[in-house]
Amino acid sequence: MNAKVLLFLLLPTSLFAQGFAGLGLTADGFSTPAPNYDFTFPEDHGPHPDYRIEWWYLTANMTSTDGTEYGLQWTLFRTALAPEAGEGWSAPQLWLGHAAVTTTDDHFTSERFARGGIGQAGVTADPFEAWIDDWTLSGDWSDLRMTASGAEFAYDITMTAEGPLIFHGQDGYSVKSAEGQASYYYSQPFLSLDGTLTLPEGDVAVAGQAWIDREWSSQPLSDNQTGWDWFSLSFDTGDKLMGFRLRQTEGSYYTSATWISADGTTESFADGAFDAQPLNKYQSPGAQVPTQWRVTLPERDVDITVEAINPNAWMPLSVPYWEGPIRIEGSHQGRGYLEMTGYE
Amino acid sequence: MTRTVFTALLSHWRRNPLQLFTLLAGLALATALWSGVQAINAEARASYGAAAATLGEGQFNQLVSDTGGPIPQSTYIALRRAGWQVSPVLEGRINGQRLVGLDPLTAPGGLGPVTLGEGAELDAFLGGAGQVFGTPATLEALSGIEAELILSPDVAPATALTDIGVAQRLLQREGEVDRLIVAQIQPVGRPALDDIAPGLSRQVAQGGSDIGRLTDSFHLNLTAFGLLSFAVGIFIVNGAIGLAFEQRRPVIRTLRALGVPLRRLMVLIAAELLVLSLVAGTIGVALGYVIAALLLPDVAATLRGLYGADVAGTLQLRASWWVTGMCVAVGGTLLAASGAFLALARMPLLAAGQARAMAVAAGQTARVQAGVACALLLLSLILGFTADGLVGGFVFLGAMLVGASLALPLILDHVLRFGQRLSKRATSQWFWADTRQQLPGLSLALMALLLAMAANVGVSTMVSSFRLTFVAFLDQRLSAELYVSTEDAAQTATFLNYAEGKVNAILPIRSVEIAVRDLPTELFAGRDHSTYRDNWVMLDASAAPWDDVHSGESIMINEQLSRRADLNIGDVVQVQARAYSVSGIYGDYGNPIGQALIAEGEFDALFPNVDTTRFGLRLPQNEVSDFVAAMERDINLPASATINQANIKAFSLSIFDRTFTVTGALNVLTLAVAGFAILMSLLTLATMRVPQLAPVWAVGMTRQRIGRLELARAVLLAALTSLLALPLGLMLAWALLAIVNVAAFGWKLPMFLFAFEYLKLFGFGLLAALLAALWPSYRLARTPPSDLLKVFANER
Repeated sequence: MNAKVLLFLLLPTSLFAQGFAGLGLTADGFSTPAPNYDFTFPEDHGPHPDYRIEWWYLTANMTSTDGTEYGLQWTLFRTALAPEAGEGWSAPQLWLGHAAVTTTDDHFTSERFARGGIGQAGVTADPFEAWIDDWTLSGDWSDLRMTASGAEFAYDITMTAEGPLIFHGQDGYSVKSAEGQASYYYSQPFLSLDGTLTLPEGDVAVAGQAWIDREWSSQPLSDNQTGWDWFSLSFDTGDKLMGFRLRQTEGSYYTSATWISADGTTESFADGAFDAQPLNKYQSPGAQVPTQWRVTLPERDVDITVEAINPNAWMPLSVPYWEGPIRIEGSHQGRGYLEMTGYE
Repeated sequence: MTRTVFTALLSHWRRNPLQLFTLLAGLALATALWSGVQAINAEARASYGAAAATLGEGQFNQLVSDTGGPIPQSTYIALRRAGWQVSPVLEGRINGQRLVGLDPLTAPGGLGPVTLGEGAELDAFLGGAGQVFGTPATLEALSGIEAELILSPDVAPATALTDIGVAQRLLQREGEVDRLIVAQIQPVGRPALDDIAPGLSRQVAQGGSDIGRLTDSFHLNLTAFGLLSFAVGIFIVNGAIGLAFEQRRPVIRTLRALGVPLRRLMVLIAAELLVLSLVAGTIGVALGYVIAALLLPDVAATLRGLYGADVAGTLQLRASWWVTGMCVAVGGTLLAASGAFLALARMPLLAAGQARAMAVAAGQTARVQAGVACALLLLSLILGFTADGLVGGFVFLGAMLVGASLALPLILDHVLRFGQRLSKRATSQWFWADTRQQLPGLSLALMALLLAMAANVGVSTMVSSFRLTFVAFLDQRLSAELYVSTEDAAQTATFLNYAEGKVNAILPIRSVEIAVRDLPTELFAGRDHSTYRDNWVMLDASAAPWDDVHSGESIMINEQLSRRADLNIGDVVQVQARAYSVSGIYGDYGNPIGQALIAEGEFDALFPNVDTTRFGLRLPQNEVSDFVAAMERDINLPASATINQANIKAFSLSIFDRTFTVTGALNVLTLAVAGFAILMSLLTLATMRVPQLAPVWAVGMTRQRIGRLELARAVLLAALTSLLALPLGLMLAWALLAIVNVAAFGWKLPMFLFAFEYLKLFGFGLLAALLAALWPSYRLARTPPSDLLKVFANER
């Protein structure tokens, strides 16, 4: 689920000024991902300030006791003005938080900004805590707790890992374009959750599954890539599928996918194996976006239709995009999350 | 045909260049004064707007420390981590400029020079040596500081904006903020403020810019002047157009007799006026720009001194202002020409050729006019007793001025009739009767003179009363001979050590900003000293106000706070947990906000963190300069850290003299415009008066005598008008002092009369009329006898 990368790649600097076309900028002075990286934990759960961008990205599909479906998002982005940690107001690290709760009728969002170096936001690896203002994601990655709040919603969620960390691409080195742009990318897709959503109509007890994406890079997009469609799918069989398609200026696109078996074994698929075709388009407040897709991965006999639980899951934030929970029908059944960027 | 008719119409202006000049000049003058004043107002308002927009003042609630000191940065972080959406602000002064540090990432939308939407700019703002934004004057004062200086005309004058981190470094205040802006949208479920930051309290946004509100009255005054001038200008244009129509009657008759439809004729005349008004409007707007550019520095200085409002001293061209200026010119022309058009439309074809004097007001018109005048004056009388607030005050003024103007011709007519009854000789009887006969034609010009004179009397009375009161007030308040500022605690200790014993008394000056009944108030600590007891003048007080204060039970407040918060003697004022009863209300002229004073010991207990860095020193006046020099030599306290009482007074008075410059200039301009109106009316009448004067000439009065009498007539009417303007002007001054001032500033000023000033103004009024009448009288005196004879020959 890293196409999000692209989203906030150069945030909040040139992205605002240049749009998604600015995501392919070169990474002066920053480190760039290379194959055969040796992940070490808990250190790699923490920040990598010598890389330009990084995120801790959690999405969850939940139901209340009466069976109503909900989705939530908790995201912390780090973007660096210079490849150093720094201290105080002059630290060149900026933080951005996005949180959302999606119901079948509503979509609540909130956004936070913070400077690094003053304690308002940050991530520590041991003990692990990621925070911006009063939003937190903390724990030892076996058990995690997460909170966030906005003008109309809040949530307080606990999670337990029921499977291993998953490394995408080539052992966590995830290629994003034919030109070789890449990022480090791992996930924890096996989280079961319990907690409370605070909504305008009152508190709702929920249970379900969560998926964390961790990714960092300095230049993850090719300069001809304009946006992406990102799928994280959890099938009723216990298997999972992560797949994305990066749209390119000439109309073609670049795909990548990881098949995650219920026991945690994985298989990566290179460009072209995974495919997603838009079916119905929806006019959201920000842009026209396809909220129904046909998704195929023939090698695993996947031929499914995914559809948004609430097509109006537009994120009207400083960088607008669409992110919301989906239902899966077809060769497989289940639930998942969809993110679409670059539709403007 | 159209072209031919148009040429025929235009030939009139070719033959009467003076009339063309009058029309254009009148309209241009009116537009110039109006748009000049508007330009000044727009510029000042833009400055307040810039200040409010960049600093969020007035729009957002703020959190400030209860004890008046800085807020630790850790408190800011604690609030954020509890969910409070607040943004830090740090302020300080460098080289006399206000340096404001903001955090662009958390500041509510639109605050600050750089926002999230400006990618590369944000990088530069946050990174490197830092950037400081300001106007050219501000940046010049800041040259040499360690940051990149960025020119930004949108920043408020005398203010520089930068990142909060840069501000902390430049002001050497690492880890501190001064206040926190509270975003309008807050998350659900956040804890109470007291649970997270018990030492902070919330200041409620005042809604709109405070400065804007305070200075409204000043701008209303200017606007009133502008409108007045415009009205006077329209009188002139009306006169000029009336004359042109009068003289063109034969042409129009001929054209119509030749078959030109009336409708086409009127369209062409309207087109002609439109062109003329556009030309005059362009000249007027340009002239207005010049007037505004000349007056703006003085206005800026006045606003800064009087209200603490920073206004840029330079003028920017604003499109809206050009457009409204042109609209005013065209609209004014239409207004002025409407009467003449109506007359033209109703004119029978053949009657057009008959020359006649300007319409003499018919009995019925006069009665209607009298009725309206009485109604307006009655309204103003009622409002005079009941009105409070700015709107009420200005409605009162408007009703009174318009009512008096409408009543003027009627009053003059009665006075002249009285004069006529008193006179016995034929010549003087003719003089009075003929003056009455002329009155309708001159009444518009005389109304203009009345308004101009009344405004002069009213405004100069107000300004002079203000000045007198303020000077006396300064003498009371600035009783210490020398004021000293120190930079830090160490310097304070050194200074106190040194000054002790060398001067008669050291009076610390300490204050903190608090809210009394939600009104921003400056609370001072008062030491028990004769300086205060002897000099402060109370408007209302308990039996022993100072004893009450120093017993720790009472508080004194200024008149502004008393009026705005409706606090009177004996009422209770809550300051944090302490309650004080009001023991005195003192006059505090020139101060825009509320002020209060409690005993020093009480202040120390409530606000322990307020440093004492200002002191008033009592010592003989002739020792002041030696003492300042000695301090610089012995304890290295620079002379720039001291203020001589005499200098403050001089500075304060210079502000008032600036105010005089502005109002004085506008006074002269309105008077000049009124004089011009008289000139034009007389010129208009002159040509038509030949038939009336011819019989007088025929019975033996010389042309020179007729000319002299014409002159005397103008001066007489001006004198009568000026006399009537005096009470009107005094009423105007009273309304400004007792109604408008109270509403705008919160204080009432005593009214003083300046007889010599009024005498001088009276002289100016006569002079204006005399100058205006000279040329028309001269022309009458030189009317060729043949012209006079033609009257009898019926060959005109």
